[in-house]
Amino acid sequence: MARIIVVTSGKGGVGKTTSSAAIGLGLALKGHKVVLIDFDIGLRNLDLIMGCERRVVYDFVNVINGEATLNQALIKDKRVSSLSILPASQTRDKDALNKENVGKVLEELGKSYDFIVCDSPAGIEAGAMMALYYADEAIVTTNPEVSSVRDSDRILGMLASRSRRAELGLEPIKEHLLLTRYSPKRVEEGEMLSVEDVEDILSIPLLGVIPESQAVLKASNAGEPVILDTESDAGKAYQDVIDRLLGETVDFRFLVAEKKGIFSRMFGG
Amino acid sequence: MALLDYFLRKKEKQVTTASKAKERLQIIVAHERNSRNKQPDYLPQLTEDILKVLRKYIKVSDESFSINLDKKDGDLNVLELNIELHDEQTAD
Repeated sequence: MARIIVVTSGKGGVGKTTSSAAIGLGLALKGHKVVLIDFDIGLRNLDLIMGCERRVVYDFVNVINGEATLNQALIKDKRVSSLSILPASQTRDKDALNKENVGKVLEELGKSYDFIVCDSPAGIEAGAMMALYYADEAIVTTNPEVSSVRDSDRILGMLASRSRRAELGLEPIKEHLLLTRYSPKRVEEGEMLSVEDVEDILSIPLLGVIPESQAVLKASNAGEPVILDTESDAGKAYQDVIDRLLGETVDFRFLVAEKKGIFSRMFGG
Repeated sequence: MALLDYFLRKKEKQVTTASKAKERLQIIVAHERNSRNKQPDYLPQLTEDILKVLRKYIKVSDESFSINLDKKDGDLNVLELNIELHDEQTAD
């Protein structure tokens, strides 16, 4: 049985696609068979973050419409052979997906993969609902910022009421909090909600804290998921996320600001 | 100036914007959760009991029955029952 994980948030621009790419690749690097699905129909972007944008021939909607087989549409990652990507379509037909046809595709994928990672579009419209409907687990990506936290809470409500597990009265979706763009320095200065603040408000278990990092932009510029940048804080933090998803207990890192020397304190900077 | 800021900063740290943010979020999130979970606990049991009574007299399939408790503007609560009746209405 494949684990179906949705990466969701409600709010846009908080790091869903960056996180999906890092987590998908990270799980595959551990030897698991992983498929990453872009559910953002009409606004395909996961391909770009994964660096396979020029290899897209067929997409999710082609598969749904029977214009291509799954194998024709899946793109094999060039770095890790156990990872595949199913790109979203660029057409604006966002009604192409429904519970029935998405369910069939997921069932088919579940036969040959260990993990199905669904990159959700922003918002609470049909596309986002489709991405979370079949999920076993949800990674609720949140920035330490008021609108993002509020939207995450709305999404938690959707997970609890609009998913397949909710409708069938099964065990609820396992929720994980992934706090991204975290700046310990600003937290210490009282300018940013802390990890504890966000945990208090959302009250779901913490999966990871990704520090604000220049490595993330560099990674997307290059089409190399940031988890491959093993020197960077963000890359290491995603690595910890992978270990936790695989059941290990790992201490949280990058939660306190690096101490400045007395010299830079006195002379600014 | 940086030196001066360093010594002055400690004093002005009473109400930070982060603590304001947390307080505002706690209030709005609690409020929104309440309106989300407006379905009362007794609704599932009530649904079952109503169906039981109905089925004494008429055939009702699960699909042709729906129940909804809605808060209309103000203090008005409306319990809405929707039952689709088929041709043979009497139970055997």
